[in-house]
Amino acid sequence: MDDIYREQILEHARYPHNYGTLEGATCSHEEHNPLCGDRVRIDLLIADGVIADVRFSGRGCAISQASASLLTDAVKGMPVEAAKAYSKDDLLELIGIPLRTNPTRLKCALLPLKALKVGLYGVGYSHEDEDDDL
Amino acid sequence: MAAPLTQFDVLAIRREFPILQQEVNGKPVAFLDSAASSQKPRAVIDCLEDYYRRYNANVHRGVYKFSEEATFAYERARGKVARFLGAASPRELVFTRNATEAVNLVAHSWGSANLRPGDHILLTLMEHHSNIVPWQMLAARTGAVLDYLSLDGEGRLVLEELDSKLNERTRLVAVTHQSNVLGTINPVQYLAERAHAVDAKLLVDGAQSVPHMPVNVRDLGCDFLVFSGHKMCGPTGIGGLWARRELLEAMPPFLGGGSMIKVVELDHSTYADVPARFEAGTPAIAEAIALGEAVDFLNTVGLEPIRQHERELLGYALERLGELAELTIYGPHDCEQRGAVISFTLQGVHPHDVAAVLDSDGVAVRAGHHCTQPLHRHLAVPATTRASFYIYNTPEEVDRLVAGLAKARKLFA
Repeated sequence: MDDIYREQILEHARYPHNYGTLEGATCSHEEHNPLCGDRVRIDLLIADGVIADVRFSGRGCAISQASASLLTDAVKGMPVEAAKAYSKDDLLELIGIPLRTNPTRLKCALLPLKALKVGLYGVGYSHEDEDDDL
Repeated sequence: MAAPLTQFDVLAIRREFPILQQEVNGKPVAFLDSAASSQKPRAVIDCLEDYYRRYNANVHRGVYKFSEEATFAYERARGKVARFLGAASPRELVFTRNATEAVNLVAHSWGSANLRPGDHILLTLMEHHSNIVPWQMLAARTGAVLDYLSLDGEGRLVLEELDSKLNERTRLVAVTHQSNVLGTINPVQYLAERAHAVDAKLLVDGAQSVPHMPVNVRDLGCDFLVFSGHKMCGPTGIGGLWARRELLEAMPPFLGGGSMIKVVELDHSTYADVPARFEAGTPAIAEAIALGEAVDFLNTVGLEPIRQHERELLGYALERLGELAELTIYGPHDCEQRGAVISFTLQGVHPHDVAAVLDSDGVAVRAGHHCTQPLHRHLAVPATTRASFYIYNTPEEVDRLVAGLAKARKLFA
């Protein structure tokens, strides 16, 4: 537990970056975790193939909120193609806490990424496929 | 058990549960999630192994010794469970995988045969998804309409609503005996009287009551009762449906296959008598026999002493948790009106994080919506943390829960 709730995570959970919604977002998508009732919505403003601005909203545990905070920091200013290629491993490295052995908390951490990817790709994208290699 | 317990000795009971001898994160495990699934005593675990080692064979088929022994043990278990619930006959007891499957059985069989467009099914806002979704599916098939009794500020049914919501169009009332979130114990006898007054049937979800208090279907006056074995010291994969014999005998089959037939022709079949009619295919033989063993175990301790033990734990837990100013506890305040299930939210800390902090201290609780999304919407919280108590829990474990919550509050403050 003490491994999970590192100071960085607690800080991001307390004071999340990019929290809120975007007026006139190019795309926005919300994902739910039916297990715990968490939800994360990601609003994107895309201009010239680049994520010009991003916000997230919703509610969830410290892990999902910190993950959303870190993820939105990471993709702000990123070309859409690069954001589409942004992987689960990239995000887990950014979060920097051991979650791979804890599938339940891993779902919390990956919820914002799922919201981002489904938003970028449209409904055809299946994030579940990425869980197969756990 | 070595000897019958004459009085409630929780430490002796704990010794019967091998899993509780373990440590989690370097601390003795405080298992406070029995509402999700209980732990199993040695006798139940041994019973499963004994079946596979000594007399494993299919039931109701062979004429050889193993099969005869397995059939005898399987049917004896049915008798034990039927007696445990106060059934008039073992024939009224159908083995299913769990309470969920039993509700689905009633919805498909009795429901499809008896529900017409415009008929009403009355549920409550505190139901588990297993006592909502099968009725939604039935309503979609038949054109029936769902209605819900609301809850008051302490999570109790608003019984005054029966005057309007229970009427001549109501065919079925389906209600939990005890809420898996609020702990509320519902007045089933009263609901049975009211339902029968308009010629409706009453289905009781006993998943949370049958393991924890004396439950007698004839005293309750209900028409159907469903339960899960794994919440009452039994194995997973076994549960049951009790139904009044005349209702059960009039019901068409649910699943088709082996064991549930009399004669199979090429284009039609005739069906077996109850309860075999509802037990298609090879059943969970080992699990059913071990559920009988679990019932023996619970009878040895006694359901009234179990309820008393849990009531004391509940009272102590509500008192200790009440010391935490940032904690909101849901459900009735009066211990007589509720079982030993406590759901709460801790201000400023997500339930998932609360559970993770508790886990680091070896305290196992559940976080989430506990398969009751409509109830959580009513409570206006996305999720809660839930501590639930059983036969093997102690006041010291309540203290560890309280200490863990104080720690979580400090960590996230």
